[in-house]
Amino acid sequence: MSESMYQQIILDHYKHPQHRGLPEDFDAEVHHVNPTCGDEVTVRVKLADGAIVDLGWDGEGCSISQASTSVMSGLVIGKPVDDAMALQDTFLTLMQSRGNAELSEADEDELDDAVAFEGVSKYPARIKCALLGWMAMKSAVAEAGWGASAHNGAGKIADSAGEPG
Amino acid sequence: MAFDVETVRKDFPILSREVHGVPLVYLDSANSAQKPQVVIDAEADLYANHYANVARAVHTLGSEVTNAYEGARDKVAAFLNAPSRDEIIFTRNITEALNLLAYSLSNATTFPGAERFRLVPGDEIVVTEMEHHSNIVPWQLLAQRTGATLRFIPIDASGPNSGRLVESAIDDVINERTKVVSFVYQSNALGTINPVKRIAARAKAVGAISIVDAAQAAPHLPLDVQDLGADFVAFTGHKLYGPTGVGVLWGRYELLAQLPPFLGGGEMIETVDVGGSTFAVPPHRFEAGTPMIAQAVALGTAVDYVTAIGMPEIRQHERSLTAYALDGLLTIDGLRIIGPATAIDRGATISFTLPGIHPHDVAQLLDEQGIAVRAGHHCARPVCVRYGIPATTRASFGVYTTTDEIDALVRGVDTVREIFT
Repeated sequence: MSESMYQQIILDHYKHPQHRGLPEDFDAEVHHVNPTCGDEVTVRVKLADGAIVDLGWDGEGCSISQASTSVMSGLVIGKPVDDAMALQDTFLTLMQSRGNAELSEADEDELDDAVAFEGVSKYPARIKCALLGWMAMKSAVAEAGWGASAHNGAGKIADSAGEPG
Repeated sequence: MAFDVETVRKDFPILSREVHGVPLVYLDSANSAQKPQVVIDAEADLYANHYANVARAVHTLGSEVTNAYEGARDKVAAFLNAPSRDEIIFTRNITEALNLLAYSLSNATTFPGAERFRLVPGDEIVVTEMEHHSNIVPWQLLAQRTGATLRFIPIDASGPNSGRLVESAIDDVINERTKVVSFVYQSNALGTINPVKRIAARAKAVGAISIVDAAQAAPHLPLDVQDLGADFVAFTGHKLYGPTGVGVLWGRYELLAQLPPFLGGGEMIETVDVGGSTFAVPPHRFEAGTPMIAQAVALGTAVDYVTAIGMPEIRQHERSLTAYALDGLLTIDGLRIIGPATAIDRGATISFTLPGIHPHDVAQLLDEQGIAVRAGHHCARPVCVRYGIPATTRASFGVYTTTDEIDALVRGVDTVREIFT
């Protein structure tokens, strides 16, 4: 058997998801779905002083989508929004690498646990699973007013609702 | 000669390959079946030695290829025990066969002499809740075009009747308003084998046309269209160990002779005038344009192949496999069979769920062990809705499947469960 797509880090995050739960105090909420697996994720974000000060999520679906959302949460909370967007972009590049990513050491350090998803990039049917939470985060940040017109709409917004509570 | 699965396996070159460094265990035959060497060779041989267009060329190659193509029609007619070879129409797949009927029926709205096929508001089209999308969507569209109503025979999702049609609903849903009844012989999502004769007889009693989707039945059990009593039976070639790109629609000649055409073009006409055209008799009326020649010929070879093994023998082999697999899978903690839990009136297709583990994770981890299964809603989403689940993992067997492979599946699923526990 070749190396499994299911790295221990992925399984750990699936079994013990981080930042799962929807915070009461938030600026925007988005709901994204991945029709391939029927994965769903709802993300709420709170921004302040150009940073993501809080993010919580809820969802159901395959382990790749849920674990990836968990990893994403841990990485972006407390980060300046610009850095979070740059990291999202690095993760997107990793997912589009078809298993041949050439990450710099700096990128690997930044991605941290998210590097474990590299194996997913070899399976076109599963890439959307790994990207689901990241795309939702990006949309939620845009919904919260970050960058306003600069948002390029890479994430698919299936439904969005929720004003600051 | 007695059925011997090891002998059969030698006919399928792909079964000797490895996936992720381990021998391939292919349990996705309900999705598409693998091809024996004779089928692969038949297609290549036609192109290498006999190829030209059919029906219109007077030269030698044209005659050879026409004989081969029409010979395939004879083989399919015999395979289905059809009363006439002219009742066999080659289509692209079963989806096209069902759409051919749905569009021919709506063309009846304005086609002279086709009054008996016309649908109007108040008329009803009946399918079942266990249909594949290709036997739902064409009828939804036909209902939209004609104002007719689409109705569903429900299925039970629990108890001893789980995965079967609600018997008491059949006579209610199929009634004097029903004009078309289109239903699946063997469910691709549940494995259920439906009481075809019973439903076809009810359709006949109320004067409705009956159509049987035999995509999942043709590879697994003997088909006798005269015995079934339905008006139309369709299947696809690639699930019957044949090539992709070719399917079959059988219909009673009397109906085909009155049914308006679906696609217009070459070969389907009698005469063409700038003011209008008249149409060829069946089957050519329904085969517009250059057909899938090599694929139809190779489908004929696939029919020869399964006939030589014997459809009753294949049925028996797969019935044992199904019972063996159900026994094995049910030993796994928490595993739930979606569909009939016994091998009675069910085919060699088994859907299941594991608590807390998404089917795509199950299928992906099985793939890492060399085992190919399908995960998803199997293009039969209403079934998943009825069971209240997003998707299932499905293992499906074929003539080449062994008990060793089922053991590998059961071990593999148990490994998946351990990884997630």
